[in-house]
Amino acid sequence: MSYTIEGSTGPWELVIGLEVHAQVISKSKLFSGAATDFGSEPNTQVSFVDAGFPGMLPVINRECVAQAVRTGLGLNAQINLVSRFDRKNYFYADLPQGYQISQYEHPIVGMGTIDIELESGETRPIGITRLHLEQDAGKSMHDQHASKSLIDLNRSGVALMEIVSEPDMRTPEEAGAYIRKLRTILRYLGTCDGNMDEGSMRADVNVSVRKAGEAFRTRCEIKNVNSIRFVMQAIEAEARRQVEIWESGGAVTQETRLFDPARGETRSMRSKEDAHDYRYFPEPDLLPLVLDEAWVATLKTELPELPDAKRARLMQDYGISRYESSIFVMEQVTADFFETVAKGRDAKQVANWMLGDFFAALNRTGRSIENSPVSAADLGALLDLIKDGTINGKIAKEVLELMVETGEAPGAIVEARGLRQVTDTGAIDAAIDQVIAAHPDKLAEYKSGKDKLFGFFVGQVMKAMAGKGNPALVNEALKQKIGAPAA
Amino acid sequence: MSLDPATVRRIAKLARIRLTDDEVPRLEGELNAILGYVEQLSEVDVDGVQPLSGGAQMAMRLRDDAVTDGNYPDKILANAPDRIGNFFAVPKVVE
Amino acid sequence: MTMLDMSIAEALAALAAKKISAVELTDAHLTAVEALNPRLNAFITITADQARAQARAADAARAAGDAPALSGIPIAMKDLFCTEGVRTTAGSNILEPFIPPYESTVSARLKAAGAVMLGKANLDEFAMGSSNITSAYGAVENPWQRDDGAKLVPGGSSGGSAAAVAARMAMGATGTDTGGSIRQPAAFTGIAGIKPTYGRCSRFGIVAFASSLDQAGPMARTVEDCAILLGAMSGFDERDSTSADRPVPDFRAACARGVQGLRIGIPREYRVDGMAPEIETLWQSGIDWLKRAGAEIIDVSLPHTRYGLPVYYIVAPAEASSNLARYDGVRFGARVDGADLIDLYERTRAAGFGAEVKRRIMIGTYVLSAGYYDAYYLRAQKVRALMLRDFNQAFAKVDAILTPTAPSAAFAIGEKMDDPVTMYLNDVFTVPSNLAGVPAMSVPAGLDARGLPLGLQVIGRHFDEETVFAVAGALERAAMFTAMPAVRAGAGS
Repeated sequence: MSYTIEGSTGPWELVIGLEVHAQVISKSKLFSGAATDFGSEPNTQVSFVDAGFPGMLPVINRECVAQAVRTGLGLNAQINLVSRFDRKNYFYADLPQGYQISQYEHPIVGMGTIDIELESGETRPIGITRLHLEQDAGKSMHDQHASKSLIDLNRSGVALMEIVSEPDMRTPEEAGAYIRKLRTILRYLGTCDGNMDEGSMRADVNVSVRKAGEAFRTRCEIKNVNSIRFVMQAIEAEARRQVEIWESGGAVTQETRLFDPARGETRSMRSKEDAHDYRYFPEPDLLPLVLDEAWVATLKTELPELPDAKRARLMQDYGISRYESSIFVMEQVTADFFETVAKGRDAKQVANWMLGDFFAALNRTGRSIENSPVSAADLGALLDLIKDGTINGKIAKEVLELMVETGEAPGAIVEARGLRQVTDTGAIDAAIDQVIAAHPDKLAEYKSGKDKLFGFFVGQVMKAMAGKGNPALVNEALKQKIGAPAA
Repeated sequence: MSLDPATVRRIAKLARIRLTDDEVPRLEGELNAILGYVEQLSEVDVDGVQPLSGGAQMAMRLRDDAVTDGNYPDKILANAPDRIGNFFAVPKVVE
Repeated sequence: MTMLDMSIAEALAALAAKKISAVELTDAHLTAVEALNPRLNAFITITADQARAQARAADAARAAGDAPALSGIPIAMKDLFCTEGVRTTAGSNILEPFIPPYESTVSARLKAAGAVMLGKANLDEFAMGSSNITSAYGAVENPWQRDDGAKLVPGGSSGGSAAAVAARMAMGATGTDTGGSIRQPAAFTGIAGIKPTYGRCSRFGIVAFASSLDQAGPMARTVEDCAILLGAMSGFDERDSTSADRPVPDFRAACARGVQGLRIGIPREYRVDGMAPEIETLWQSGIDWLKRAGAEIIDVSLPHTRYGLPVYYIVAPAEASSNLARYDGVRFGARVDGADLIDLYERTRAAGFGAEVKRRIMIGTYVLSAGYYDAYYLRAQKVRALMLRDFNQAFAKVDAILTPTAPSAAFAIGEKMDDPVTMYLNDVFTVPSNLAGVPAMSVPAGLDARGLPLGLQVIGRHFDEETVFAVAGALERAAMFTAMPAVRAGAGS
C-alpha cells in the first residue's frame, strides 16, 4: 500500500468504507404492488401504501427477498434464515410514512467478501459487513420552482439492497475497483442493473485519514455519490480536507457531507443536521422473515457462473491470459460473445481480435457489445475466412471496418468487393516482375547485401496487388526471383 | 430517569411538534409522571428473555412479484394540501 | 317491542319474514340519530343518504332472494375505519379534511354483507383514550345516567360506537381495541363487545394507533349479535401481513354451546387495590353462574399482570409516535404553512394533534430515542414476552379466563382527569390480552349501586373466540341484564 496524502506533518493514509445502495430488479415494489419502471410520469407508480396513506400496510415481495439472497450468495456471504425489518424514523418530504422500513439489527445477509483487481494486477479481498433490504424514498426536486420543492413518489417503496463494506479500502482506486466489481457481480446475478446514471446504484462513502499504525480516526460520510469517478474524486477531496483540519490543530467532526463535482469538494449537508437519532424499532406491521433452507439451496443451484469463476474457466478452457480473461468477464455479454466466437477456433486469435480491432471499432462508433453491429457469428466467420485463406489478415481488418459500418456479413463483403486473396502464382509473378522492373536501384542494393530490403519488396508487391496477395505465396515467389535474404 | 425542559424541547423537535413555552413545563410534569409509573418494569427479571415485538406468532407470508397496484395519480394527489401539476409541493428545501 | 329495541338476530329474522323492511329499519335508526346525536355526539359524520341507498339495495337484494348475512342491518362505523368517499377523521383535526380514496377491509366486508352504514362514530383522537374526551369533535356523552345527574363518559376509545349502540341509534358498531377500547366502553354503556385474536380481523385501512396491538371488533347489545358481526368482519386479508390465514368458524353457533365441562380460570392477580366492591361482587356472581352452568372453576396465576399497563404505556406510544409521523401536512390532511419544511411540519402537527396525542407521541419518541431504547422499549418487549408466557401457561390448565372488564363503572366527564396515569388505570384489566394477542370479550353483567352498568371479561386462547362466545353466552343468559340507559331512542327523554 503506497497511496498516501502528503501533509505538512508527513504522509497520511486513507481508510475507506462504502455503503452501496443497489436498486433490486423486480416488477413491483418491496412492499406494494406498484410498478418500478424508471422515468414514468410523476406519481403514477404509486399505491396508497407507497404514499403512506392512513391504514396502509406493507406486504413483502418474494422476488425482492430472492434477489437479496442471490446477491448474498454471490458475495460469498452468510444468508440469515431469520431476519427482521425495523423502522428508521425521520421526517423528510419524500419519505411518506415518516419512516423507512429497513433492516437494522437482523439483516438478511451477513458477512461476506469479494476480491477486487487493481491496475497492478494485484488482487485484494474486501470484506462485506452485511446486506440488508430496505425501501427507497421518493424524489424531491428543488430546482423546478422558485419557492417550492416538488415531490414525486414513483421511487418510494422500490426495493434497495444496502451493501455495507468493511473499512478495508485504502486508496481511491480500490474504492473504484470495489464498486466496479460489485456492479459486475450484481449484473451477473441479475439482481441490480448497476445503472449509476439512473440512480439504480448509489454509494455513501465513509472516509477517514490516519497516520500509519494508528487506530481509526473520526470519519465523515459522503452521501449519494452517483458515479465511480465521483466516488474516487470525493474520497481524495474529503481526505485532503480532513488532513488540513488535523494538521491545523482541529478535529474532524462526524457528519454527513455532499460531494460537489463542479467544485471538486465536499460540503456539510444541512438537511441531515438533526437526523442522527433514527429511533429504530422492530416494524410491527411485518413479521419475522423466515427463509426455508431448501429454497435458499435451490436459489444457490440456480446462480449463474460468477465473474471470478468465469475468469478462471476462460483461462483454463481457452488458454487466454488473466488480463484478457479479466476484461472479458467484466460484462457477462462480453464473455458470452468471446465464448461464442472462440468455440472451435483459435481462442488466442479471437482474444487478440476482440481486444484489438473489434473493441477499437466499437469504441470509435460509440457502440457497446450489447448493440454491436457485428454479431459473434459474423466475427467468427471473418476469422474463418482468414483461416481458410480466403482473405489475408490485412484485408480482414478492412472487412471488419466494413462490417461495423454496414452490418453486412464478412463473406458478402469479400465477394461484393472482390477482396479474396490472390493465390494465382502467375498473377503474383507478374506483380513481382513489375516491381523489380520499377526498382532496379533497390534490387541492386538488396543483391549487395541489404537484406532488410526484402520487406520493401514484399510491401511493394502487396501494394501492386491491392493488398490481396497471399502473403506466404508472395514471400515464396519473391525468394525464387531475387533470392532469399541471408538471415 | 427524568426529563428536564431541554429534553422535552429536544424530543418535541425530534417529533416535529412545535411547543409553546407554557406547554413545556406541563409536558415535563406529565411525561415524568408516566416515566415514573413505567419505572416499575425495572424490578422484573428479564434475563435471557427474548423480546416479543409483534402480536402475531407466525412467519411472514411473501407475495408474488406482480404489478397489481398504482397508476392512479389523481387519487394519490386528491387530498394534497398543495400540489403543482402532478407533484406534491412543499416549501423549498435546501440540502 | 319497537324495531329499535330488536337485536340484530331478531331484526334479521323480521327482515327475512318480511315483517319489516330494511328501509323502515334504517329510517327508524336515522330518526333516532337525528334526535339523540345533538346530545350524545356519538357520530362525527352522519351518512343518511348513503344509508338509505344501502337500505333500498338491501330490500331489493332480499326481494331477489339474495340477501347476504347482514342485509339491511344499520350499524355505526368507528371513524378510524377508512371509508371510500366518506370523510375519515380518526377524531383528529389533522385529518379534518381527509376523504379516503379507498375502503378498509373490515368496512368493505360489512358493506358486502349488506350492512347499512349510518355514519362515522366518534372516538378518542387516534383511539388514544379511555373516555372519548380527547376527540377533536367533542366528547361523547354516555346514555346512562348516574344518580347525581353528572354527565358520564362512555369510555373509550370506541365511545361513539358504544353510545350509539346503547342508545339504540345503531344496532351494532365497529370498534377497535388497542388496550381495551372496545371492552371498556362496552362495559361502561351496558353492551357487549369483543376484541378478537390479533390477526383475526384485517387492519388494512384502519388508521393505525399501535400496530402490534390494534384489533378491530364488533360492539352490540347481545353476545350473539357480536358473533354475527364478527363473522362478517373476520377473515384472511392478503393486504395485511399480520392477518391470519385461517378459516372463520361459526361464531354464532358457539354462543349457545354452554360451558358444561369447561375449565374457567380465575386469575388472582386481577384483584387490585381500589377496585369497587360491586365489581368484586359481580365477579363472584360470574364465577357462581358459570359453576352452576357446569363449568369447573380453577385458580390461575398471571404473575406479570401488574406490569401490563407500564408495558402498554411504552409499547403503544412508541409505535404510535412512528405511526403518526405520516401526518405531516404534505400528502393529505390539514396543513399549517411554514417558512420552511421543518416549520411547516412543526406548525401542522402542533395545530393538528390534541394534548393526549402529543403526550403519547412525545413519550413514544423519548422511549425509542438514542440511549433509552434498551431501558424502556426493549425491556417492555421482554416483559411483554413474559405476559404471553403467563397466558400460555394458564391456558394449559383452563379453557377461558374470567375477570372484570374495568376497575370501575363509567365516571363523569372531568373526573380522573388530573393526571394521565390515573386515566390510564382504566385499562388495567384489558391491556394484558392486547399485549398477548388473545381474544377477550366484555359482557354486561350487572349494575353498580348508582345504577351504572358493569361488565365481565372473558379471555380465551389465540383463535379460540368460539369458547369466548360460549362462556360469554352463558354469562349473558345467567345475568339476565335487561337494564336500559336513560337516554335512548324511544325513551322520550
